[in-house]
Amino acid sequence: MINVTINGKEIQVPRGTMLLEACRQAGADIPTFCHDPHLQLAGSCRMCVVEAKGRWNLLASCVMPAENGMEIETESPSVVEARKIILELLLARHDLSCHTCERDGDCRLQDYCYRYGVKESRFAGEIIHFSKEDPNPFIERDYDKCIMCTKCVRVCKEITGAEAINVKDRGHHAAISTAFDGNLADSTCVFCGQCIMVCPVGALTSKVSMGKGKPYQVEKVLTTCTYCGTGCTLELNVKDDTVVGVSSNRDERYSPVNQGALCVKGRFGWDFIHAEDRLTTPLIRKNGELQPASWDEALDFAAAKLKQIKEASGPDALAMFASARITNEENYLAQKFMRAVIGTNNVDHCARL
Amino acid sequence: MTNSIAELEKDAKAIFLIGTNTTENHPVIGYKIRKNVRENGAKLIVADPRKIELAEIADVYMRFKPGTDVALINGMINVIISEGLLDQEFVDQRTEGYEDVAASIAKYTPEYVSTITGVPAEDIKKAARIYAEAEAAAVCYAMGVTQHSTGTDNVKSICNLALVTGNLGKPGSGVNPLRGQNNVQGACDMGALPVVLTAYQKVVDEPVRQKFETAWKVDKLPDKNGLTLTDAINKAYDGELKGLLVIGENPMLSDPDLHHVEEALNKLEFLMVQDIFLTETAEKADVVFPGVTFAEKDGTFSNTERRVQRVRQAISSLGNAKQDWEIICELSNRLGYPMKYSSPGEIFEEIRTVTPSYAGISYDRIEATGLHWPCPTEEHPGTPILHKEKFNRGLGLFHVVEYIGPAEHPDNEYPFILTTGRQLYHYHTGTMTRRSSALEEHKPYNEVEIHPNTASRMGIVEGEFVKLSTRRGSIELRAKLTDILEENVVFTTFHYKEAAANLLTLSEPLDPVAKIPPYKVCAANLEKI
Amino acid sequence: MAEEKRIILEYADQINPENAGEYIKVGGYKGLEKARAMSRKDVIEEVKKSGLRGRGGAGFPAGLKWSFVPEAPVKYVVCNLDEGEPGTYKDRIICQKNAQAVLEGMAICGTAIDSTKGYIYCRGEYPYVVDLLNKAIDSAKEAGVLGDFDIEVRMGAGAYVCGEETALIESIEGNRGEPRFKPPFPGVEGLWGVPTIVNNVETFAALPYILSNGGEWFAGIGAPKYPGTKILTLTGDVNNATYFEVPTDYNLRDVIYTLGGGIKNGKKFKAVQVGGTSGAFIPEQNLNTPIDFDSMSAIGAALGSGAVLVLDETRDIVDVVTRIAKFFEHESCGKCNPCREGTFRAFELMEIINDGLGNAGDLDTLKILGRVMKNASFCGLGQAAPIPIQSTLQHFEHEYKRKFL
Ligand SMILES: Cc1cc2nc3c(=O)[nH]c(=O)nc-3n(C[C@H](O)[C@H](O)[C@H](O)COP(=O)(O)O)c2cc1C
Ligand code: SF4
Ligand code: SF4
Ligand code: SF4
Ligand code: SF4
Repeated sequence: MINVTINGKEIQVPRGTMLLEACRQAGADIPTFCHDPHLQLAGSCRMCVVEAKGRWNLLASCVMPAENGMEIETESPSVVEARKIILELLLARHDLSCHTCERDGDCRLQDYCYRYGVKESRFAGEIIHFSKEDPNPFIERDYDKCIMCTKCVRVCKEITGAEAINVKDRGHHAAISTAFDGNLADSTCVFCGQCIMVCPVGALTSKVSMGKGKPYQVEKVLTTCTYCGTGCTLELNVKDDTVVGVSSNRDERYSPVNQGALCVKGRFGWDFIHAEDRLTTPLIRKNGELQPASWDEALDFAAAKLKQIKEASGPDALAMFASARITNEENYLAQKFMRAVIGTNNVDHCARL
Repeated sequence: MTNSIAELEKDAKAIFLIGTNTTENHPVIGYKIRKNVRENGAKLIVADPRKIELAEIADVYMRFKPGTDVALINGMINVIISEGLLDQEFVDQRTEGYEDVAASIAKYTPEYVSTITGVPAEDIKKAARIYAEAEAAAVCYAMGVTQHSTGTDNVKSICNLALVTGNLGKPGSGVNPLRGQNNVQGACDMGALPVVLTAYQKVVDEPVRQKFETAWKVDKLPDKNGLTLTDAINKAYDGELKGLLVIGENPMLSDPDLHHVEEALNKLEFLMVQDIFLTETAEKADVVFPGVTFAEKDGTFSNTERRVQRVRQAISSLGNAKQDWEIICELSNRLGYPMKYSSPGEIFEEIRTVTPSYAGISYDRIEATGLHWPCPTEEHPGTPILHKEKFNRGLGLFHVVEYIGPAEHPDNEYPFILTTGRQLYHYHTGTMTRRSSALEEHKPYNEVEIHPNTASRMGIVEGEFVKLSTRRGSIELRAKLTDILEENVVFTTFHYKEAAANLLTLSEPLDPVAKIPPYKVCAANLEKI
Repeated sequence: MAEEKRIILEYADQINPENAGEYIKVGGYKGLEKARAMSRKDVIEEVKKSGLRGRGGAGFPAGLKWSFVPEAPVKYVVCNLDEGEPGTYKDRIICQKNAQAVLEGMAICGTAIDSTKGYIYCRGEYPYVVDLLNKAIDSAKEAGVLGDFDIEVRMGAGAYVCGEETALIESIEGNRGEPRFKPPFPGVEGLWGVPTIVNNVETFAALPYILSNGGEWFAGIGAPKYPGTKILTLTGDVNNATYFEVPTDYNLRDVIYTLGGGIKNGKKFKAVQVGGTSGAFIPEQNLNTPIDFDSMSAIGAALGSGAVLVLDETRDIVDVVTRIAKFFEHESCGKCNPCREGTFRAFELMEIINDGLGNAGDLDTLKILGRVMKNASFCGLGQAAPIPIQSTLQHFEHEYKRKFL
């Protein structure tokens, strides 16, 4: 264990602890754009800089291990000055259109500008514009809002393993791009949307959710994905009793299987829920046609038929296909129904198909 | 899975994938495997008729002829035994039946197996060595292994492989089926199977039935095994089965040899379907009940690693749709057996009382993190790894498994081997994904994968419509040229109703034990139109 | 009268640098032979005793750097010949005059840290130096003097930042030339994740002489805290614009007036930029300062690579600094915010001012931006990029103000 003093408060941390962690442990709120506990460190956004007594420059706390006896200030004048200037530098190239932005209300750039009172940028000058054109139905790429934190690049490589995107060009012209600066669909991208998940601003958003609700308007309901057997947990985003998107919780406790990572189906395959042709009323075949019926009518009809077949041909003339899609509770009731009510073991589901 | 998903990312030192295109069908598991290989240097063996994505980073890739799984695995076991790479202590102390298997395996030399599978003998040896020498090696397989007339044999041979090398019961090892659907595991656990009640308690066991008779307050539960799905279709076809209740399934698209299925359903006196859409099956029903999607219901799913997790209702039931459990209760009430539950939670509490492996799991305990069954008591932490100290039956049993070739072979009329599967952007019969705007926009049509050489020989170009036929039917779909498969093999998916692969597949012969139809292999013909 | 003192360049143009035999005749490879007879610890001690500090710009004590290298099965020695600084060419000169000394120095380092593999990362614009080095290596191998120490030459990626040791390592690994954060320092986790010593060409070239003549001998030359000699490249408005090797207690005035022969065409001196493009501009009143690392720091300057650029009275400082700002805008790798955005905006502001469109507010903005870039940039490039602006704003602010319309 080593001792560090943070904003006058002395704490003990294990050797090797990064300053960021130590500062947070001491209750200091350190802003970050590029830091992500699940990804390799970048140390590049420089928002997390802190002042250490006796050092000529500020230290990026996310990549600087705490040293014994360090005395750290996390909001000293030069720290605040640096953060403000960095924010202003970012704003100078940013398409600041919060009112129509999908991330309005859940955006680190907004939050930190608010926190440091940065209303506008003193650096007025050239703005490089990027094309938003990328014909894919999943991901909106608006690099006029990108702050170059490279989290998307890292998550794509380290979590998904697709390596679809990287930083191209240098200096002020550096930008996120696919291998040949082409469309995502022509790259190795698998549209997992992990990049959307980590983007701290509105540069990467879901086209499927676009315009359907701002972050503070939606309620997030943790549940389990309805597709393959991996059992990823995800959050359904709900607004006005309608599912408007999917996000994911990266906390191991709430996402023990996938730690927030999803595939294209889990992240983008949810709007079938409100598909126009959802069945919303019982149907009974009358004169060869399926026609809407009331619940009582349909249930009575089905019950009568079941009773009739059971009585005429015995319970084994009936069978049920339950489902690998419905819940445990429903499957349990389904087989209980066949066994206890109908009296047959003719119950199966498509486990094998 | 005998082991957990997380182990594939962290603990497994070697991973053997057979018949699983993991990055497309279980993408998140695919990410983890790739991460383990790239970052921790885990060894990877891939056996698949198609050179799938993960084959690119594999230490050994074995492209074997579809349907020759058993031969391939027996070949690996042969190498392990002949090179003395087996875990003798494990075999001695924890298994039985080894001698018979060892004797039966003797003829499966890599050279012989090579002639059956088309995999070079050297690769079989290399794969065997990597798997056997790793400190912990996991096998993962999926439908590519089970959807054969010899599916059960395939799985048994995989178990033999794990047993000879002691790759069971320790972190990073195991025999790991990757389940295709979100709650296949749960449906099986819950006894939605013709031969068992919950937790695999056999219907033919008197004491088991007695327990349930008491719990469910019925005089007598049926005591003989029921019909499997495929048997039921056949019985319907024969006119013996009169009524069928289908909840959230679409046999009209998912089952093999669809013409046969259709005729069978036509003969039913009564077909009841409960679903969220008017599926191809629902269209044939006499009565259709609108159920709800996962977004509209509470409950639990059990994933492929046996983890029981919560499903939570996010929105109210759409329109007049009813909770699926309520529909069953209503029917039951009408048939003179009152079922009264206030919520899925209450049903779960009942499940716990009759399902020993779920007894310790409660909604409270899995509020955040799901638990792996078996979890017999409230204090039990769950069981990520099965067979740690001993197997369920005590000693692990080896099974002699002989190679039997696939049911249908290519001939002059049907010169190609057709294999079927899934792709990343769609799921199963497409009921949900094809109504998901983005997925459908991205992959709106089915394709048949054809080797470029085959295509050029036949004058077929990329994107062109071709006719793919088998003895059972034909479909028209677009050609996709790719050299990930061999020249005499073609591949397509079963997600698209307008080009339904299962019009082509075989419904017979079923695997004698699991009754799985041999989707994966049949003889086919390809024509330019 | 201050004089040149040649150690590294003593036999310049008298021996063929490609030929190990000629080098051996003038005493070459004695140092390595000695080092090999010593314990690893003693070699490091000897280098520590010499007080040798890095000649690549940061002035870190070489022996100390080596002493941090942990035990590992594989380690590397990397010679930094990126020399991307405009106006600097001393590393090229060292190779062209005394390449064998560089190889010997690397082998000595290899002996000290127990490494058998060295890389020379050579600036992309020096293809002929790559040729020369390869021949020199072949010759040394033929003469059998390198023993089991192998040296490979790698061609640089043509970016200034690749001279920064961790960006250099990334570049050798085939990645984008961007710096890594430190710690871990390359000495602990460098090329392909193993301990790697990166030193400048000149640092390596001094080692043979330290080993053969003893650390104490070296420590006695020049400034006590930055002993030895330093090779300078003198450019700009001087009569004798060439390279010199001088003891480190040599002062700037002597560099310009004695070695450099004074200002060209009888003009007056205005400023001198020391240390390369990112160096500070020093006015007349500070010319008596010795060139050693610490004396330079004391006046807010840095010896850096040893480039000395002299400007006469007719030069437009603001224009010169604008061009420098453009250089950094172009060379920023783009990894970190303060430098990527800062160099761009600094150049924009400098252009505005240089074009006569600036105002006092712009100077304030430059000052605060410079401070933040220095304080918060990821690597030395961004940290040093504002120095030319800051030093000229300090000493020549009137020239900026004169531009305002
Ligand atoms: C932007 C930048 C460029 C650099 N370029 C060079 C260079 O061209 N040559 C060099 O030797 N050191 C260069 N350095 C310094 C190296 O990072 C490193 O400190 C040096 O190679 C260590 O060797 P030394 O201790 O022998 O000086 C540069 C540093 C920075 C920040
Ligand atoms: S990304 Fe953030 S700051 Fe930018 S427009 Fe969107 S909400 Fe506003
Ligand atoms: S969607 Fe996934 S694969 Fe595509 S760029 Fe984003 S992270 Fe990479
Ligand atoms: S797109 Fe988003 S995640 Fe990617 S670099 Fe830009 S701001 Fe960061
Ligand atoms: S300071 Fe400049 S060169 Fe260095 S990392 Fe930052 S952007 Fe790159």
